[in-house]
Amino acid sequence: MDAIILQILNGLDKGSAYALIALGLTLIFGTLGVVNFAHGALFMLGAFCAVVMQKLLNSVKITIDPEKLDFLGNPAEIKTPYVELWFGDFGSKLIDYSVPVSILLAIPFMILVGFVMERGLIKHFYKRPHADQILVTFGLAIVLQEIIKAAFGANPIQQPAPDSLSGALDIGVYLGFEANAIIYPYWRLIYFFFAIAVLGSMFAFLRYTTFGMVVRAGMADRETVGLLGIDINKRFTMMFGLAAAVTGLAGVMYSPILPPNYHMGMDFLVLSFVVVVVGGMGSLPGAVAAGFLLGILESFASMNEVKSFFDSIYIKSIDQIIIYLVAVVILLTRPRGLMGKAGVMEE
Amino acid sequence: MSELKTSRRGLLKSGAGIGAGLAVPTIFTASSAAAYVNEPTGSTVTLGFNVPQSGPYADEGADELRAYELAVEHLNGGGDGGMLNTFSSKALSGNGILGKQVTYVTGDTQTKSDAARASAKSMIEKDGAIMITGGSSSGVAVAVQGLCQEAGVIFMAGLTHSNDTTGKDKKANGFRHFFNAYMSAAALAPVLSSNYGNDRKAYHLTADYTWGWTQQESIQNATEALGWETVANVLTPLATTDFSSYIAPVLNSGADVLVLNHYGGNMVNSLTAAVQFGLRARQVNGKNFEIIVPLYSRLMARGAGENVKGIFGSTNWHWSLQDEGSQAFVRSFGEKYGFPPSQAAHTCYAQTLLYADAAERAGTFNPCGIAEALEGFEFDGLGNGPTLYRAADHQCFKDVLVVRGKENPTSEFDLLEVVEITPRSQVEYAPDHPMFAGGELGQCNPGV
Repeated sequence: MDAIILQILNGLDKGSAYALIALGLTLIFGTLGVVNFAHGALFMLGAFCAVVMQKLLNSVKITIDPEKLDFLGNPAEIKTPYVELWFGDFGSKLIDYSVPVSILLAIPFMILVGFVMERGLIKHFYKRPHADQILVTFGLAIVLQEIIKAAFGANPIQQPAPDSLSGALDIGVYLGFEANAIIYPYWRLIYFFFAIAVLGSMFAFLRYTTFGMVVRAGMADRETVGLLGIDINKRFTMMFGLAAAVTGLAGVMYSPILPPNYHMGMDFLVLSFVVVVVGGMGSLPGAVAAGFLLGILESFASMNEVKSFFDSIYIKSIDQIIIYLVAVVILLTRPRGLMGKAGVMEE
Repeated sequence: MSELKTSRRGLLKSGAGIGAGLAVPTIFTASSAAAYVNEPTGSTVTLGFNVPQSGPYADEGADELRAYELAVEHLNGGGDGGMLNTFSSKALSGNGILGKQVTYVTGDTQTKSDAARASAKSMIEKDGAIMITGGSSSGVAVAVQGLCQEAGVIFMAGLTHSNDTTGKDKKANGFRHFFNAYMSAAALAPVLSSNYGNDRKAYHLTADYTWGWTQQESIQNATEALGWETVANVLTPLATTDFSSYIAPVLNSGADVLVLNHYGGNMVNSLTAAVQFGLRARQVNGKNFEIIVPLYSRLMARGAGENVKGIFGSTNWHWSLQDEGSQAFVRSFGEKYGFPPSQAAHTCYAQTLLYADAAERAGTFNPCGIAEALEGFEFDGLGNGPTLYRAADHQCFKDVLVVRGKENPTSEFDLLEVVEITPRSQVEYAPDHPMFAGGELGQCNPGV
């Protein structure tokens, strides 16, 4: 039982990331009708906002210490971060909290990236077939990841969570299990609650603000909203920026869980598309529900007992294919996905 | 009496067929005028450096390329000469190889076997590379070694640690300077015994390809010989990035040791997940929970940051070694690039020098001559102490370093401390050892 609870918890943080990315994808698809294969790259760019902030906060003043020698036997360079020189202990705290602090950088940066991406490239493909959109956005994703690789190298870059949040919580004790039976890292719990907060805010924004109402109306009937004198294209561009920011934030906060690397966007992209399709193209609640569902299922499939069972019936590496198997079953039984609506991506 | 009948159409067909046959690249059907494939005829000789410039081992690949460039510089008489000055063989004098200036071409293996074979084939076929070297993955090394055997060029393996490279997949044209999984396990076992005792339960996470399999088998055998129990071995795909779902089952498995048979980015990610789940702070079976990384590198340690502190592993070489050869190499590399070399860089630099030296001693670039010069070759001064290139399997035998993540690093490079230099005799094995059985070295192939 404790192992099952642990895998449910484990699936929640992965599911949170899928849900946040899928939400952005669905927003862009629902508003602009664009299948954005560069969305995973936005997640990766968000994670690298944390890397950039860490590097900025760790900008150092170099002094030479003649007493110490470097690896070549020359006088050693002593590196002291400027923020520590300027702000003392507060500077050290800033470095420690570089991941949460980087949210301040990520929000404007990702909105800008989203805006530039939409105005500079994607708007030229609105009336082109989906295949063209996929090709151009996939190409853009490759360009972005190669830029990041050239700038930051190919290996993952550690982004430690703040010291006070880097331990793990013994959840089992609260549920009546013995000590150390169900341990879950603080930061993963924070990520889950952060995702819930962002998802809740996005739904509230779309549901209870005039802007959100116009956007939802535009998603339902773009032409009619346009005939009412509303510049729906401008609002959709803003939604693209917002979707980029949501995905970027998902990447920032995920960086202590998965050290950022240039390829991480691609790793999440394919699964996120499956999530969107399973949830139902254009359905925001569907994307979120499917994100959590598939995240948890993927986690379950990694259990040794589950893998052994599937191995025994000649289905190898079930943890690698479970999401696709479930997607096939759901699409066979509900061709529009869990919460898909009629008419979306249908002739 | 038979009569030869030809039609116009038949003649055209035959002509086209013969023409196409003659036009086929001569890589596998070298001209009979040459004694061996890509025999250099001008004033230069071309080496092919086939390294991962993308994929999970790209940082190792970048460091390998730096080392190759340094080696070429030294072979051509540039720089301070590096380990040419400390190498026990004095056949090389800084005027290239056999009087020919050394040039090179590079390829990107992408850490994928098919891409690696394609780039190696291109370097041999189009660029006339006389030797191929490089690689940071055993899957790639085995694939490229096979291609070089077929093509008739020498393959000087880079960072490849699977037993199979010089075990069941060994080839007469292939040579490995790097140590292997068996040697890692043989060196680590006594250190693990003295630090963690002989009553342990180990859980293995293993990269699902040739290196992971042989690494896991080796360390399992070595630790079970100590009295350790193996609780589980879970294979993880090479492309895995989030290991949390593989780490979670460890918590309730009863294991008190986690062995991460992962390398490069895989290891960074799996170790991060293990530390996040509090494994290192746990007490299981009345003992501190421990993590072991059988194959370590400084680049990995840098990627994993604080998480590596106190964790044992093994390595082929480390920049902090104080022997003359290591210091000469660190000085050359450090002054050129501003940081110390990795073990990947070291083995690639050494392999280039060993190839060049063998060609000088053999007096030819003929792969069979070079193979003969390398087989049974004993040397020193390349950073690992006295070393033997064993003739039976083309594996180098030398001391192995057991290292531990340093608790209090004094610089950004000072991440690992050498806790023991395991003597060569302790990591030697018979050529027909069961873990290396199943393959034949075969005959060297000059490609003609």
